[in-house]
Amino acid sequence: MMDLLSQAGVLFSSAIRTAIPIVYGAMACMICELSGIVNIGVEGMMLAGSFGGVLGSYLTGSAWIGLLFAMAFAMVFALLHGILTIRFKTGHIISGLGINLLASGITTLLLVSIWNNRGKSDAVAGLGTVQLTFLKNIPFIGEAFGNLSPLFFLMVLLIIGFWILLYKTVWGLRLRTVGESPKTADSAGINVTKMQYTAVLLCGALAGIGGAYLSIGDIGLFARDMVAGRGYIAMAVNIFGGWNPLGVLCGGMVFGIAQSTQFRLQGDNFPVQIVQMLPYLLTILVLILVKNRARGPSAAGKSFDRAEV
Amino acid sequence: MDNAKHKALTILIKAGKQLVLPLISIVLVFIVSSVILLFSGHSPISAYGAMISGAFGDMGKIADTLGTATPLILTGLAVAIAMKGGAVNIGCEGQLYVGAMAATITGIFVKGLPAVLHIPLCLLAAMVAGGLWASFAGWLKVRLQTNEVIVTIMLNYIAIYLTDYIVTYWIKAEGMVVKTPNVLDSALLMKLYPHSRLTIGFIIAVVITVLLYWMLKKTVFGFELQAMGYNRAAAETGGVNLNKCFMAAMLLSGALAGLAGAVEVLGVHKYFIKGFSPGYGYDGLSIAVLGQNTPIGVAVSAVLFGALRSGATMMDRATNIPGDFVVILQALIILFVATPGIVMELRRQGRILFMRGKDGKQA
Repeated sequence: MMDLLSQAGVLFSSAIRTAIPIVYGAMACMICELSGIVNIGVEGMMLAGSFGGVLGSYLTGSAWIGLLFAMAFAMVFALLHGILTIRFKTGHIISGLGINLLASGITTLLLVSIWNNRGKSDAVAGLGTVQLTFLKNIPFIGEAFGNLSPLFFLMVLLIIGFWILLYKTVWGLRLRTVGESPKTADSAGINVTKMQYTAVLLCGALAGIGGAYLSIGDIGLFARDMVAGRGYIAMAVNIFGGWNPLGVLCGGMVFGIAQSTQFRLQGDNFPVQIVQMLPYLLTILVLILVKNRARGPSAAGKSFDRAEV
Repeated sequence: MDNAKHKALTILIKAGKQLVLPLISIVLVFIVSSVILLFSGHSPISAYGAMISGAFGDMGKIADTLGTATPLILTGLAVAIAMKGGAVNIGCEGQLYVGAMAATITGIFVKGLPAVLHIPLCLLAAMVAGGLWASFAGWLKVRLQTNEVIVTIMLNYIAIYLTDYIVTYWIKAEGMVVKTPNVLDSALLMKLYPHSRLTIGFIIAVVITVLLYWMLKKTVFGFELQAMGYNRAAAETGGVNLNKCFMAAMLLSGALAGLAGAVEVLGVHKYFIKGFSPGYGYDGLSIAVLGQNTPIGVAVSAVLFGALRSGATMMDRATNIPGDFVVILQALIILFVATPGIVMELRRQGRILFMRGKDGKQA
């Protein structure tokens, strides 16, 4: 019995580790889409975050300063997406795709400039894990939560924080109004443009942390295109979570549990390609399951022009 | 006579106006990317020098450029046709892979046919496979309103791993490299220039460009498709069956992307190998944006991208700038062309500066 519980704990802990970057990415999508900006560029922003994290850690030797770098790098790309979609009214999908390509190209180019290596960076200091020794002897809890990245605890705080911000504050109500009907928001005296820029920058910061988890939170190096579609999966998790921080957490965990369970269940002679395919299949399955129930902000994807009101 | 002259002139002016935005954008792209190169410690002159000589240095290189443009024309058209109908098909990369696999299987296992039958059969198999792969995303959108953007991206990853699985476990050739055996000689596309990537695939791509131009201008389906893209509600009121039209657009789009995979495998590689496409499907998106979703525009943009790709190979070898640098160029092209506001803003600012300069002289 104890053995089973401890195995379940180990499994749960690996599910959490799979879920962390996806939950950050999904929260980034969420905050952005609630303001009416569709953000397929979250993939590229996460990649910029992964790179920024390693660069910051490499330059200063401190992974925590790396985390700040990660947020800043991702926010630069987020700001670009914001300027294009808000100021210049570029199609949101096209702009996001451009951001993804740009992030992929620039990080690869800088990889060569800085480390003279086309595949990966040098190893740098990582964020490490938080050892909760007092949990050690509790079955399940000890294995599941005793040895996790500090970014996990930050994630829990942020989820609670964003839930309060969105549903218990005036600012949250305003943000949701902007995404639902910018015209209404505008006539109620809300500065739509300012709200949208704020949301896009918050989105960048969140995506940056998610990306940083992949590089300095885990292995302590940057590998080319290391986000590998997690940003897109995050978009689907956001839909599954119903544009709600708690829903996003559940969606991310469902995803993480499914992922880590199948890693355990497969034997050694199981084709690796099928295993690699599963997260993407699972994403489609999730989208099929939520089908008509999922309805995002009405004005998401449409650029708002005050002159047209 | 005068009337005809006038008409020709109007068409020319119209075409000229359409060209202004892409051309200014391309100039801006080269300026911005040079700045990026300088900042990352590389010389833009040696980079672009290597690229130009790599793309147009001699006849063989020009042939390679056109050969590289061949799948790009097809994936660009695939994206453009879907976009015309208001659908976003980011799944061309996956459709290209399943198309290439279908063509390879047909090319290896269907024996005893003459080339005139075997080649079309392989191409058809690729189109059916790519079309069905895209239709799955279209069907999910029509039936369950799932987001076709995310589904097509997910299907890309699935297609790449699925074809890799098929190669590794079902039809692997003898030896260390994970690839299929060569397709039969009767399935190979004839070379138009010896030892280059240029095959009759290029002619096929050009013919399809013209066919699609005709389809959009002259057929009911082309009209309905564009009506749906402009205004769904109005098209529906006008009697367009939106679901049917959307499905048809995705089917056609996927078929074109599948065909792109087939011409690459049957013309250039002769076998299917994992990762044979360096992102031709994703390039299709940039190409469609640059070509403003018109078939002729797409074909011209594809040749430019072909030149970028084959130039990048040269640059990769001659300098220490990774070939992935073209990805930055593509991103900038997408962003500048899709944002006419930037060019307009620059013109406005330029005009203000110009006027100020004039005033200053007068005063």
